[in-house]
Amino acid sequence: MHNHTVSQLSQGLREGSYSSVEVTRNYLERIARLDERYNAFISVDETAALAAAEAADARIAGGDAAPLTGIPLAHKDIFCTKGMKTSCGSRMLDNFVPPYDATVIERFRSAGSIILGKTNMDEFAMGSSNESSYYGAARNPWNTGCVPGGSSGGSAAAVAALLAPAATGTDTGGSIRQPAAFCGITGLKPTYGRVSRLGMIAFASSLDQGGPMARTAEDCALMLNTMAGHDPRDSTSSDVPVEDYTAGLEKSLEGLRIGLPDAYFGEGLDSATGECIHLALKELEALGATLTAVSLPHSELTIPTYYIVAPAEASTNLSRYDGVRYGHRCADPADLHDLYTRTREEGFGDEVKRRILIGTYALSAGYYDAYYKKAQQARRLIRQDFLDCFQSVDIIAGPTTPGPAFALGAKDNDPVSMYLEDVYTLAVNLAGLPGMSLPAGFVQDKPIGLQLIGPHFGEGRLLNVAHRFQQATDWHTRTPGVGEHVA
Amino acid sequence: MNWESVIGLEVHLQLATRSKIFSGSATTFGAEPNTQASAVDLAMPGMLPVLNAEAVHYAVKFGLGIGAKIGKRSIFDRKNYFYPDSPKGYQISQFEAPIVGEGSFEISLPDGSTRSIGITRAHLEEDAGKSLHEDYHGQSGIDLNRAGTPLLEIVSEPDIRDATEAVAYLKALHSLVTYLEISDGNMAEGSMRCDINISLRPQGSSTLGTRAEIKNVNSFRFVEKAIQHEIERQSDILEDGGTIVQETRLYDAQRDETRPMRSKEVANDYRYFPEPDLLPVVIDDAYILDIQHTLPELPTTKRHRFAEAYGLSNYDASVLTDSRPLADYFEVVVATCNDAKIAANWVQVELLGQLNREQTSLAQCPVPAADLGGLITRILDGSISGKIAKQVFEAMWQGEGSADAVIEARGLKQVSDSGALEGIIAEVIAGHPEQVQQFLEADEDRRKKLTGFFVGQVMKASKGQANPQMVNALLAEKLA
Amino acid sequence: MTIAQDDIEKIAELARIRISGEEIGEVTQRITEILQMVDTLQAADTSNVEPMANPLDATQQLRADEVTELNRRDDFLAIAPAVEDGLFLVPRVIE
Repeated sequence: MHNHTVSQLSQGLREGSYSSVEVTRNYLERIARLDERYNAFISVDETAALAAAEAADARIAGGDAAPLTGIPLAHKDIFCTKGMKTSCGSRMLDNFVPPYDATVIERFRSAGSIILGKTNMDEFAMGSSNESSYYGAARNPWNTGCVPGGSSGGSAAAVAALLAPAATGTDTGGSIRQPAAFCGITGLKPTYGRVSRLGMIAFASSLDQGGPMARTAEDCALMLNTMAGHDPRDSTSSDVPVEDYTAGLEKSLEGLRIGLPDAYFGEGLDSATGECIHLALKELEALGATLTAVSLPHSELTIPTYYIVAPAEASTNLSRYDGVRYGHRCADPADLHDLYTRTREEGFGDEVKRRILIGTYALSAGYYDAYYKKAQQARRLIRQDFLDCFQSVDIIAGPTTPGPAFALGAKDNDPVSMYLEDVYTLAVNLAGLPGMSLPAGFVQDKPIGLQLIGPHFGEGRLLNVAHRFQQATDWHTRTPGVGEHVA
Repeated sequence: MNWESVIGLEVHLQLATRSKIFSGSATTFGAEPNTQASAVDLAMPGMLPVLNAEAVHYAVKFGLGIGAKIGKRSIFDRKNYFYPDSPKGYQISQFEAPIVGEGSFEISLPDGSTRSIGITRAHLEEDAGKSLHEDYHGQSGIDLNRAGTPLLEIVSEPDIRDATEAVAYLKALHSLVTYLEISDGNMAEGSMRCDINISLRPQGSSTLGTRAEIKNVNSFRFVEKAIQHEIERQSDILEDGGTIVQETRLYDAQRDETRPMRSKEVANDYRYFPEPDLLPVVIDDAYILDIQHTLPELPTTKRHRFAEAYGLSNYDASVLTDSRPLADYFEVVVATCNDAKIAANWVQVELLGQLNREQTSLAQCPVPAADLGGLITRILDGSISGKIAKQVFEAMWQGEGSADAVIEARGLKQVSDSGALEGIIAEVIAGHPEQVQQFLEADEDRRKKLTGFFVGQVMKASKGQANPQMVNALLAEKLA
Repeated sequence: MTIAQDDIEKIAELARIRISGEEIGEVTQRITEILQMVDTLQAADTSNVEPMANPLDATQQLRADEVTELNRRDDFLAIAPAVEDGLFLVPRVIE
C-alpha cells in the first residue's frame, strides 16, 4: 500500500480494505528501515502517529470521515507542531518544542490525518539543496549522490522514496517546486495569502507560502482543500472563498492558451532538459492547448530583486532568535551583548548568517533606497509582466529548473551559483502567483519538472492542467528503484 | 548672552483598549509577570500581528481632536533594534506614513493667557516590556506583560518655550485624551510618558541649536524640573564657549539633574522598512465622519464657552474644564442654583478641596451636583449664611442628605425674621450697657469695631443662625 | 560595489552576530560576490514606480478589541532557557 496515492488510500480506508493503523505502521516501518539512506526525516513520533491512526479508524468507522481522515502525512519541519520538536533545520531551534500548532497543522489534525514525522529542510528555508540543514544533507532517492533540492528537500525525498504518500512544504523562491522537480513528484505553491502562515516559521514574510507535495495533482488538490482558507490570525491571509480544488480536475484543456516566456528557454537551460519540456508541451498541445511565445521583459531583474527582498525580510524575522525566551542560548553569557552575538553565532549556519548580513546591509542607512526600495519597485514591474501576459494567455509554462539535480557538495563554494538554480521559480513568489511543478521526463536518469504558472487564485486551473497531463503521461508514476510502478 | 530655549515634547500615550494592539492579550495594569504575554507577544516562531480596530479608532479620534489631517492610508514599519524588552528584535511602529498628520491645540497658561502648540504627527506603535533590575544572581528579569500595549506617540512641534508651557501642554494633553476617553493619561502609572527635546539658541536667532533628549520623564513636576535643570546645564556650557553634545539623557529625580544614558541604543540604525506581516491601513471618509460625530465638546471649546457663558476667568474656566466629569458636575450645579460665580467658587474651593483632603475622586464624591446646587440656592435665598453653609456641606458629605434635609434636621435655618432678631438684639444691648455707652461716645472707626462686637454677640446668642446683613441693619437702627 | 571588512563588522554588529577573526575574511568575500550580483539592479529604470510591499495590494483587516488570549505562562516559561519568579532572565541590563 505504500505505492498508493492519497486518493487511493482514502478510498481504501473508507472501503475498509485496510485500517489507518495498518497504513501508518507500514510507512513508519519503511521510514525506520530506509530513511537512513535519504535522511528525509528529522523527527518521527511513532506513538503519537499510531494513537492518531487509532482515533482516525474510530472516526471512519463512525461514518464521520473527511477525505484525509486516516491518511499519514509528513510535514516540513517549519510548521510548528504542538508538543513535537520543530527545528526549522537549525541548531537554533534544536531544542524547540512549540506549545501550539501552525494553522495548517490544526487543519490537517481536524481533518483526521496523521503526522508521520517532520521532514528535513535547508536551515530556516534558505537554500536550494537541503545541504544547509543542521541535521545533515537529505539525499535524492533517484541518485543518493545528488541533492533532493531545497529547501523542502526532506518532504520531496520522503514522497519520492514512498516513505509518505504526501507531504507539506513551503516555497519562498521555489522551495516546493524545485525539490519536486528534482525528485520527480508534484508540488504546488499556492497564490500568496491562500494558505495561512500562522505557525509557519517565517523566512520572508511577503514571499512565503505553504503548499502540498505529492505524487499526483489530484493528491495536491485534496491536500490544498484542507490547507487553504482565510485565517484571521494572519493579516496577509486572503479571504477570497476557497473552491473545491478536486471539482475542476477533469475539465477539458481544449482552447487552453499556454504562454512560453523566451526568458525561460534561453541560455542557461540544459539542452536535454529543454528537450523533455518541449515533448511535455507537445502532450499539452495534443490535449487541445495552444502554445504562444510571451515576453517577460523584466525577468533579468528577478534574481537581484529576490536576493534583496528575501534576505532583508529574513534578517529582521530572525532577530527574535536571541536565546532569551526559547531555542538555543550560549553558555555563560558574559553580558547582554555576548548573549546575543554568541547565541546567534552558534545557533545559525553559514548560509543563514550570510543572508542576514545581506539583508541587514540592504536595509541600512544610506542603502535603503538603492536596495530595498528599488527592489520593491522592480517587484511591481515583474508582477506587471505576468499580469500583461495573462491578458492573452491562460497559464505560463516552462522548465522548473535549468537542469536535473546536481551532486551533493557541487556548489559548496559558490553561493551565487546556488542562487541561479532558482532562476525560473523566483519571479512567481515575487509576483505572488500560484506555481506548480510536475514530473515531465528524465535527464541523466534523474527527474526534471515542468512548471506551470497561473494568475492569482488560479491554482484550480493549474491543478486541472496537471491532472489532465498526468492522465495522458506516466512520468509521475515512476519511483526510484527498479520496476516499481504505481498501480 | 540671552538664550532662548526651544522645546519639543514626544509623548507616548497608552491607549485604553481592552486588548493589545497586535494580539488578543489583556492590557490590565498590575498583573503577575508574563501572565498577559501570548505567543505573539513573546515573538514565538511563526507568530503574526493582527491590528486592533479600537486602536485605530482611538488614534483617529485623537487626530480629529487636534484638528489634524488623518492618514487615510497609513503604513506600519519595523523599527529594528535589539533589547530584551523588545522580543521580536524590532518594534512595530509607523515611520513615513503615520495615521495622524499635522494638527494643533490650545494650551492655557497660569497667567490666563493661551497659546497654540503645533503637533507634527501622531502614530501608532507597540509598547515594550519591562526589565526588572532586582538582582537575580547578577541577571535582570524581563516581564513582557506590557509588550504589545498600544501606544500613540504624539510629537509636538518645537513650539514650547519653557518649563511652564511644557507643563501646560502636558496638562492640556491629559485633559484632551481623558475627554476623548482614549487613555487615562496617568503619568504616575506610566500610561503617559514624556520625552523632552531641548536646545538653546541666542535670543532672536532662527537656527536651531544642538538638542539633548531627556527620556521617560514621568510626572508634571519632574518635567518642569528636568527642563529647568537642562536649560541651566546647556546655558552654562554655551556661556563657557563649549558645544552641546547631541545625546540621550535621563532625569534623576533624587539628584535633580539630568545625566547621559549609559547603554541602550548607541548610534542606532533602525533600518525602518514597511512591516510585511501587516497591510496598509486604509480608512475612508465615512469612517472618519462617524468618529467625528461621536466627539464630545472638546476641552478648549468648553473652556471658551464657560468663560463666555458663565463670565469666568480663563484660569477658573480651565480648572473647571480639566475633566469632563468635573465640567459636567459644575454645569449641573449652575443649572440648579443659577449663579455661576458662586458655583465656581464652591466647586473649585470647597468641593475640590474636600476631594483632595480625602484623596477621593469625583466619581466617588458623596454630594451629587444637584444637591450642591441646592445648597447654594439656600445661601442665595437667605435661608442660611455662607458660614453655616460650610457646616451643612460637611454634613451632606457625611451622608446626612440634601441641604434642605440637613438644615431642617439640625435647625440651621437662618433667622431672618426681624421680630425675632430684634428680640435677640434687645437682649444683647441690655446685657452690655458699657459697650453701648462706649459706642455712643465713639468715633466711626471705633464704632465699626464695636458693631462687630455686638454682631458677634448676636450670632453667639443665635447659635450662628442670625442673618448677618439684617443684624447689621437692625443694630444700626437700635444703636443710633 | 566593493564592501570592506569593517563594513561587514559593522553590519554583523547591527545584526548581533559574532563573526570570528578567522571567518571574517571569507564572509566578506562571499558577501561581496552576492552584492555584485544584486548590484545589477541599479541599472533598472524604476522611476515613478510605486514600491510593492504585498503581491495582492490587499489592505489590513481589523480585529475586534476583545481579550482572546488566556494566561499560558507555564507553557511558555517551560521552554525558556532561563527563568525565575515568572520572569525571563538575561545578563544584567544597565540603564
